[in-house]
Amino acid sequence: MTIAAARTDDLRIGPLSKTFSLPTGSVHALDSIRLDIPGGRFISIVGASGCGKSTLLRIIAGLETGYDGHVTLGDKPITGPGLDRGVVFQEHRLLPWLTVEANIAFGLKNLPPDEIARRVAEHLELVGLAGFAKAYPHQLSGGMAQRVAIARALVNQPQVLLLDEPFGALDAMTKIQMQQEVLRIWEVEKTTMILVTHDIDEAIFLGDEVVVMSSRPGTVKMVLPVELSRPRDRSSIDFIALRKRIHREFFTEAELPFAYEI
Amino acid sequence: MSGLVAAVSGPGPVTGWRERLRPLRSLAAAARRGAFYLALPAALIILWQGLFELGLIRPILLPPPSTVARTFWTLTASGELPLHIAVSLLRVLEGFAIAAALGLILGIGIGLSRSLDQATDLTIQLIKPIPPIAWIPLAILWFGIGEAGKVYIIALGAFFPVLVNTIDGIRQTDHRYVELARILEVTRSRFIAQVVLPGALPSIMTGLRVGLMVAWICVVAAELIAASRGVGYLIMDARQLSQTDQVLVGMITIGAMGKLLDVLLKAAEHRLITWKTTYSGN
Ligand SMILES: Nc1ncnc2c1ncn2[C@@H]1O[C@H](COP(=O)(O)OP(=O)(O)OP(=O)(O)O)[C@@H](O)[C@H]1O
Ligand SMILES: [Mg+2]
Repeated sequence: MTIAAARTDDLRIGPLSKTFSLPTGSVHALDSIRLDIPGGRFISIVGASGCGKSTLLRIIAGLETGYDGHVTLGDKPITGPGLDRGVVFQEHRLLPWLTVEANIAFGLKNLPPDEIARRVAEHLELVGLAGFAKAYPHQLSGGMAQRVAIARALVNQPQVLLLDEPFGALDAMTKIQMQQEVLRIWEVEKTTMILVTHDIDEAIFLGDEVVVMSSRPGTVKMVLPVELSRPRDRSSIDFIALRKRIHREFFTEAELPFAYEI
Repeated sequence: MSGLVAAVSGPGPVTGWRERLRPLRSLAAAARRGAFYLALPAALIILWQGLFELGLIRPILLPPPSTVARTFWTLTASGELPLHIAVSLLRVLEGFAIAAALGLILGIGIGLSRSLDQATDLTIQLIKPIPPIAWIPLAILWFGIGEAGKVYIIALGAFFPVLVNTIDGIRQTDHRYVELARILEVTRSRFIAQVVLPGALPSIMTGLRVGLMVAWICVVAAELIAASRGVGYLIMDARQLSQTDQVLVGMITIGAMGKLLDVLLKAAEHRLITWKTTYSGN
């Protein structure tokens, strides 16, 4: 397939701080975040609830402005949303009154109809839903809907795909299937992937690096490279060692009960 | 169920018999639902007739259903009732069409534009509570007692439900879709056509249905005062002659026509909004 973005710029963040001002006081959400993400990398971000993961992703997406510091994609500072960045949310956010193909085409513009049809078909194929072009979102399962959302985010050929807990609402089986799917798509598209997740296994399975964040204010606590060849075996000794390592970060910090999800 | 039975008993006469009975059984289920739907009105009519038979209500004040039915038949056979219905229906449709067009256009404009909303809000809030009936004296002065005045009253009554529900529907656009549109850099016109209006459609349909109901209320009110034809006139005319049976025929006709038009609009809504899964009670 030849739908990969022409080039993928590096994403430079930092130092980045964000404070929300509320009538009841202010929330210091992010503090001096520094991340250099080379183009085409797969980055997982884990951290306790409320540590600012979504805020970070929304700033990269351009949805949240009014931060202190710098976020640049290539040599362009990020000041608002743009087609060079795609977003997949936790809920699929498909428009219920549009068919799957119309949902995917929703963000395409200034293209002749046959080009739109070609791109939509290509991306439906990419996410393995070729037969569902005419279906409506309520006729899809949660996993299928999320695949459509991924196709919609990719159809503009963004350089960066931002995923905010995209599989958080899916059951364990579907989740694992979707992780493999995302990996396959990433290998085809060569897009920079930034995945926020609550699931440490997911972070290790997918990421070139796992960024561990701490809370209040959100800072980068640790960046852990995952030097395991893909496809990764979740039950291999190295995998388990990494999982333990990340776990310990949360234990010491917040005395969370022992569980694989944080 | 029958599949299991067939598997056990094999391809024998039992299967064929059950298969043939299946359409009959679903027909019976439909009949049961229909009977349940009609049970309450039927019981009320029987009670009403019963009270009359027992001599508990005076026919001058409330004639029994049997008399009302007979009058209904006489008025229908003479062509009088169909004529009145046609006249009222035409007025309702005219007034409603004007109200729907204006309500939709203005509602969409106000829904999308904050400044238009600011500019019109107080005026709308002040005029909205005035019952259409209160406009009748002015309507007669302005338009005389012809058709225009009646259509004006109807349009006025139906206008506000359409307007208010259209604005509401547009304002309820999910902010998550707004974010989505920003991320995908969707143009404003596409955002309106593919996000705002489809999302507002259920609310707009509610506004149209309520508007149509109000239009029926208003047509009767307008015809009670100055008309020589129409269902409202039929009622008023009968009242002067103390023909309570005819009054009731008029009232029931209005109820039935309102229900009929609502059913039609509901069917249209059903065809337009296939994607919505709503709660419809236990
Ligand atoms: N729009 C906002 N206004 C005010 N405060 C906000 C806003 N968005 C986020 N916050 C605050 O910023 C902090 C970080 O929120 P954020 O949603 O980024 O956390 P998160 O790491 O994504 O959490 P979770 O894992 O539960 O999704 C929280 O304390 C939250 O209350
Ligand atoms: Mg979040």
